[in-house]
Amino acid sequence: MAATEQTIKQVNTLGDTDYKYGFSTELDEIRPPKGLNEDIIKFISAQKDEPEWMLDWRLNAFKIFNKLPKPEWAKLNIPEIDYQDCYYYSIPKSLKDKPKSLDEIDPEIIKTYEKLGIPLKEQKMLSGIAVDAVFDSVSVATTYKKQLSDLGIVFCSISEAVKTHPDLVKKYLGSVIPVSDHSFAALNSAVFTDGSFIYIPEGVRCPVELSTYFRINAMNTGQFERTLIIADKDSYVSYLEGCTAPMRDENQLHAANVELVALDNAEIKYSTVQNWYPGDKEGKGGIYNFVTKRGACRGKNSKISWTQVETGSAITWKYPSCILQGDNSKGEFYSVAITNNMQQADTGTKMIHIGKNTSSKIISKGISAGKANNTYRGLVNILSKAKNARNFTQCDSLLIGNKCGAHTVPYIESSNSDSMVEHEATTSKINEDQLFYCQQRGLNSEDAVGLIVNGFCKEVLQHLPMEFAVEAQKLVAISLEGSVG
Amino acid sequence: MLEIKNLHVSIEEKKIIKGLNLSINKGEVHALMGPNGSGKSTLSYVLSGKDKYEIDDGTIEYNEKNLLELDVDERANEGLFLAFQYPMEIPGVQTSFFLKTAINSKRKYLGHSEMDALEFAKLMKSKAEELNINTEMLKRDLNVNYSGGEKKKQEILQMSMLSPKMAILDETDSGLDIDALRIVSEGVNKLRSKENSFLVITHYQRLLNYIKPDFVHIIADGRIVKSGDYSLALELEEKGYEEISKSA
Ligand SMILES: Nc1ncnc2c1ncn2[C@@H]1O[C@H](COP(=O)(O)OP(=O)(O)O)[C@@H](O)[C@H]1O
Ligand SMILES: [Mg+2]
Repeated sequence: MAATEQTIKQVNTLGDTDYKYGFSTELDEIRPPKGLNEDIIKFISAQKDEPEWMLDWRLNAFKIFNKLPKPEWAKLNIPEIDYQDCYYYSIPKSLKDKPKSLDEIDPEIIKTYEKLGIPLKEQKMLSGIAVDAVFDSVSVATTYKKQLSDLGIVFCSISEAVKTHPDLVKKYLGSVIPVSDHSFAALNSAVFTDGSFIYIPEGVRCPVELSTYFRINAMNTGQFERTLIIADKDSYVSYLEGCTAPMRDENQLHAANVELVALDNAEIKYSTVQNWYPGDKEGKGGIYNFVTKRGACRGKNSKISWTQVETGSAITWKYPSCILQGDNSKGEFYSVAITNNMQQADTGTKMIHIGKNTSSKIISKGISAGKANNTYRGLVNILSKAKNARNFTQCDSLLIGNKCGAHTVPYIESSNSDSMVEHEATTSKINEDQLFYCQQRGLNSEDAVGLIVNGFCKEVLQHLPMEFAVEAQKLVAISLEGSVG
Repeated sequence: MLEIKNLHVSIEEKKIIKGLNLSINKGEVHALMGPNGSGKSTLSYVLSGKDKYEIDDGTIEYNEKNLLELDVDERANEGLFLAFQYPMEIPGVQTSFFLKTAINSKRKYLGHSEMDALEFAKLMKSKAEELNINTEMLKRDLNVNYSGGEKKKQEILQMSMLSPKMAILDETDSGLDIDALRIVSEGVNKLRSKENSFLVITHYQRLLNYIKPDFVHIIADGRIVKSGDYSLALELEEKGYEEISKSA
């Protein structure tokens, strides 16, 4: 069966259960005791054979973490997190001695990824997409490595990059998100386990979509993903991450840090399809998704574009941001956030205009159903040197039912009189007459909601790489199942 | 095909349909004419299952089924089609995608496999051409920024692609210029067969020059006050609703 066909088949089975990714894989795991302390950090570092500078960096971050207060920005109801009641490292035993090729990987893990619709076997690969898969704490396989390295592109796990490209890692890690930024950033810096590292050399246009698939498998394991993408001068890369986690009654923590750096004339397109387990209808279980994503447009004419489809997680807290440093640089943020049942999302972006003629565009679509709460929170900050800066923001909220909430909280700060900031916002209820019209044409009520909501999100979904747009559309429909009576 | 007996309908406590009887057999075309506010659209919504309408009394049988027990989409997939007086705009949904989704919903309901992309494209193209619809238009969002006439044509396109057993046309003629009226009527006439029935709701006798009905009914204040053949439409044109209702 062709890879795309297989993926389509996978997608078609999506409707079968409420959360189709809710299986977990039985594997022997290596896991140090619960708790957060220096010993655990040393253990993690040792497991990864890290050089000393990396361990020192982690320990320093831990010191900072201990001093920082918890962030209180978001309009969320976050239960106290007991950092001591969580495992910080877990790897399937069979991965401990790094598999050299895909054939050496535990077939159980391969099966897990196949269930996710991410076939790792080279011959089954989605054509044109290189995948790095992170299973709990370690990177399982990076496909297409050879083809990419011929172009000088580095696409590997961050743990590997620490060893193979220490200069790049030292130079850029923490350069966009300072360790002291806030407590989750510091926590991640102390205990990060794995994630992707990408370097695109000068003048190279990455010919394939690069992709990472994250999966939380082990119980009570926090996942601290760390991703670093550097696009050197005149380069281009498009990257996509997808996320799932099994159903568990307990809450699990995912605190990722993602840093992007775009140099002169470089462009980074970063897409996320986040479908972590959202918890059950009563709000039991689910992932706490506290993510810091930030991109620095360091070079002139550089561009960073974030596209996200957030449908999962019990709590989502993320503000992918752009620091528009280089003159004429551009930042974009396209977001669909769907909350159903008891889910909470507080998401948006920050666009910091520093350079001249910088521009940013924000399109946010929030959909809320059940008893869920969905907040767009965004900051547009135009500094005094940012002559001629431009921002356009459009935030639309759609409500399904009358027990859910949508909130739009824009912060606009401008210290430059040449700049122009436009903001449009709408909130509406799903239109009963539209639903009736669709049903009169034979669509059942869930398909009708899915169709209308997908239409509502179209402006955002069309920014996803083609191969994933279809899956995202299905996901949008599925995540709203049961939202209409 | 369709048997409405003693139908009483109210909305928000207000009685709108007050004892309506109507029987439509396979292959027949019935015209329903009446002044504004007489309950024509209400009847079309009740037949297609829109909620908020209270059925106070009466029965509706459709193809030996109790129509009132079926959901909106079940009725549609059982071959009941309503061409809306005011078709809805659905932003972000391409017209062609909507058509495909509708067709495949029906096929799924009937236990058939999905129509493949090529077959669908062919069908859409040929039907659109019959109705003089530019296929470029089908790439646009459904009914968004369509003119009144384009929307009505779009309804008829959907109808001809879904080939319903029982089609209700609610004032499809209003907003159409004379050329569009002719084209739309031809589209309807193509679908006429021994198997298919129509309920054509209109204000004007004009449409009935193109779609010759087997029966004409005049509705006033929620009741059918007079029924007859095509000549009744002509009589109505001459005398007006007021007089016809009185003489009934
Ligand atoms: N949603 C509604 N709420 C209250 N009254 C309504 C509603 N819809 C229709 N009506 C009333 O029902 C009557 C019949 O309307 P309608 O069926 O649209 O008439 P027609 O299509 O024959 O012009 C009118 O008096 C109209 O005002
Ligand atoms: Mg009407």
